[in-house]
Amino acid sequence: MQKIGVFVCWCGSNIAATVDVQAVSDALAREPGVVFSTNYQYMCSQAGQEMIQSAIREHGLTGVVICSCSPRMHEATFRRACEKAGLNPYMVEIANIREQCSWIHKDKATGTEKAVILGRAAVAKVHLNAPLTAGQSPVTKRALVIGGGIAGIQTALDIAEAGFPVDIVEKKPTIGGKMTQLDKTFPTLDCAACILTPKMVDAAQHENINIISYAEVEEVKGFVGNFSVKIRKKARFVDEAKCTGCGLCTEKCPQKKVPNEFNLGLDQRRAIYIPFAQAVPKVAAIDPDYCTMLKTGKCGVCSKVCTAGAIDYKQQDEIIEREYGAIVAATGFEPISMEKFGEFAYAQSPDVVTSLEFERLMNAAGPTGGTLLRPSDGKHPHTLVFVQCVGSRCDGGEKGKPYCSKICCMYTAKHAMLTREKYPDTEVYVFYIDVRTPGKNFDEFYRRAVEDYGVHYVKGMVGKVSPENGKLKVQASDLLGGRQMHIEADMVILAAAIEPDRSARPLATMLTASMDTNDFFTEAHPKLRPVESPTAGVFLSGVCQGPKDIPETVAQAGAAAAKVIGLLARDYLTCNPCVAESSELMCNGCSACEKVCPYGAITYIDKEFRGPNRTTLVRRVAQVNPAVCQGCGACTVACPSGAMDLKGFSNAQILSEVDAICK
Amino acid sequence: MQERVKAKAIELLESGACTRVLGWKAGEFFYDVTPAVFTSREEVERDFVFGPFCGANLSKYLIAESRKGGKVGAFLKPCDTYSFRQLQKEHRVLRENVYAVGVQCIGMCDIEAVKAAGMKGVVGAEERGEDLVVRTLYGERTMERRAALAERCQVCKSKKLLDCDERIGGQGEELSSARFDGVARLEAMTAEERFAFWRGELSRCIRCNACRNVCPACSCEKCVFDNPASGAENKAAADSFEENLFHIIRAFHVAGRCTDCGECSRVCPQHIPLHLLNRKFIKDINELYGGYQAGEDPETRPPLVDFRLDDPEPSVVHERGRKG
Repeated sequence: MQKIGVFVCWCGSNIAATVDVQAVSDALAREPGVVFSTNYQYMCSQAGQEMIQSAIREHGLTGVVICSCSPRMHEATFRRACEKAGLNPYMVEIANIREQCSWIHKDKATGTEKAVILGRAAVAKVHLNAPLTAGQSPVTKRALVIGGGIAGIQTALDIAEAGFPVDIVEKKPTIGGKMTQLDKTFPTLDCAACILTPKMVDAAQHENINIISYAEVEEVKGFVGNFSVKIRKKARFVDEAKCTGCGLCTEKCPQKKVPNEFNLGLDQRRAIYIPFAQAVPKVAAIDPDYCTMLKTGKCGVCSKVCTAGAIDYKQQDEIIEREYGAIVAATGFEPISMEKFGEFAYAQSPDVVTSLEFERLMNAAGPTGGTLLRPSDGKHPHTLVFVQCVGSRCDGGEKGKPYCSKICCMYTAKHAMLTREKYPDTEVYVFYIDVRTPGKNFDEFYRRAVEDYGVHYVKGMVGKVSPENGKLKVQASDLLGGRQMHIEADMVILAAAIEPDRSARPLATMLTASMDTNDFFTEAHPKLRPVESPTAGVFLSGVCQGPKDIPETVAQAGAAAAKVIGLLARDYLTCNPCVAESSELMCNGCSACEKVCPYGAITYIDKEFRGPNRTTLVRRVAQVNPAVCQGCGACTVACPSGAMDLKGFSNAQILSEVDAICK
Repeated sequence: MQERVKAKAIELLESGACTRVLGWKAGEFFYDVTPAVFTSREEVERDFVFGPFCGANLSKYLIAESRKGGKVGAFLKPCDTYSFRQLQKEHRVLRENVYAVGVQCIGMCDIEAVKAAGMKGVVGAEERGEDLVVRTLYGERTMERRAALAERCQVCKSKKLLDCDERIGGQGEELSSARFDGVARLEAMTAEERFAFWRGELSRCIRCNACRNVCPACSCEKCVFDNPASGAENKAAADSFEENLFHIIRAFHVAGRCTDCGECSRVCPQHIPLHLLNRKFIKDINELYGGYQAGEDPETRPPLVDFRLDDPEPSVVHERGRKG
């Protein structure tokens, strides 16, 4: 029989306001095996921990139940405290009476009753707990950064600077991401290329950074400190080692009609291309969808003009398999499709553009060489209407996103200001729901647009845009003025909401990292662990975790790097002792467990058993490698015989918890 | 057919290809045919039966037989071969010790169906074309053979003989079967009606464990319901409701591995339609993860122990397999 101590935490008023903590500790004191039961204001505080430790010593406790917040929060804290008092840390169970009880109940009687039941279940479990000892696993001292935008580049640079090797996997032929497409950056208006391209070069030249461009992660196995990743490096039909980036092929290629994705289809490129002049690596790639040689076998111009002999039409996708200790997701974002927003006539008129397209139209390296011209007729626009929150802050989420995309208010102010500065003969309207400008020097920036540059900010939404006689008729409401507005505009610019890149969802599945309903990666804790995924060894950098601007992204990228460095600096990690274990006597060798094990921790052997009458039976039985098992428990539910069990979460323990709850 | 099967059994024994053969022999009643192992020509000639009541699926017996040393000959009907292959997939049958003879099948009869057709004092029966000639104490009667077929044979899913070393009768085809109609009828009920239906059916259970013992998918070394360490063995006997859950849990345990051979319902002395539970799982798996037939091929992973990126998420299972 265990001697169990119960410690009920008030969590200030977080628990005590909806749970009668005294009643809970009194009720649990009557449970079998409970020899000590008390409650305290903050169990996790030093005084609280000392209370637990002295109770362990005084009463000779063999098990401890703490009724408090989620084990995600303080299980480790309480385990450590108990270990210091001489108790095996795995003899501690947490009953979550905060997240699962006090926070979700209003009625104190209900809350108290449920807290008692949860405590009783934990007591029932502790009765079956056994001391467990953790082993150690080595750490592979290399990091993988998935995504080569500003977030990924910054994270990689910071990790590399600390002395650890980093691989950047980028799905496009060049790193740089969305920031390469931007013109100027708020609030200082320095040019994006001027601050980004040196970083891209730094990354390429860093001895600890290896850029795997035009590649995607295909499979992730393993666990913190020991990930094994399969990367598919797509065929670019150009030998990276030989190509000098001279660009001759991209001038001679006869296939000129390929939409240029770098300029968002506003102009065209060749079938063999270098995405932009500052691309890193500066290596050409052949677009197999358009290349005549690859499609019909007739052409070969690029191969003839290439003096380096770098063209290789037979190049195949390459699979790279490497081991990593930590993985950083930095998959970034895409603006949402304007398909569902027919009212803005995006599909009808080339003069209705998204803000990112507008960036290209303003950019010196863009399709118009930096002169703002209407895409339809190449004329100088005089009246421009900016529409904010297109697809952001949409109720119901049918058409757009429920969240604020965060960057649109600032870049729209930037666009409006730059337009007015370069072309004082323009009239610029901005339609907004709210102008949100928290951030250092952000509100000042916006006020400059209004006060110094005379941008017409109108609170209200544009209802309809209709192309008529080369103009765009804009119908809108001015909510503060209480009037309908009709504007004849030359261009309409839509601040499209941003959404996580489409590659994020399958990646999250591979990483077993969780996502929210909008496909943003979830943090381990929204406030206290914002750059870590709940999956150990997986870290988050940039917009893949939530909308953010460049300064925030860079800050978060550095924070993620710091966490990675902290992990890679260790030689060994303490393993989770709650691993699976197979009972050979019951195992029937069916292989169900082996098939579901995501870590490859289960193997089968033919083992001799003693049969009846001095006979020997050879049976196929499962064996778990405890150093590889991560204790996910998939095998225990797949096993039809109940031969597979999880230490610390055995079937018997879980059943006894259920029994205690149903009592 | 009986003569060809018997001749083959004798041939296998006398040629030394097998040390014993697994077949069927009559039990207490002629329709009460049970699996049996034969080791000599005499035994085969005297006892071996292959006729309209040889419904028993012999595959499960190969778990033990294939481990006894020497080669065992086994006669397997199409549905038995599905179980045979499924058991190999689970590493339960040692294939190299088995000489499998596929026997084509025209459907097996159910004595209850014969009795339900008004036959009394039945002492024998044989197939004659499309008819079943039934010998009774009151003389010979004839009924349509189709009407005497077991439910599982009326909705036969396949006449294919998988993984056999040799075949008697031709290779068959997969059939388009109406076997899920009964499940669809249950699905159309309200939850309360369905609950009442199953409570009614399962309340007759006497926990004889025949369904479990005959089931080729129930091949655990030790069943969780027999294992005191599992914590489940007493629970199932706690009250009648918990006892009902025995069948639900069993259906879960064989989900994705059940080939729908229908032995559970055949052997149930209380005539509980247990196969409906298994078929519900098969239907669900087909709808959620695409068609899957347990035992059909040696490689494909059962959907319940496989994961693909485009699998429906558990949270949207109620959307009935709408993917993406």
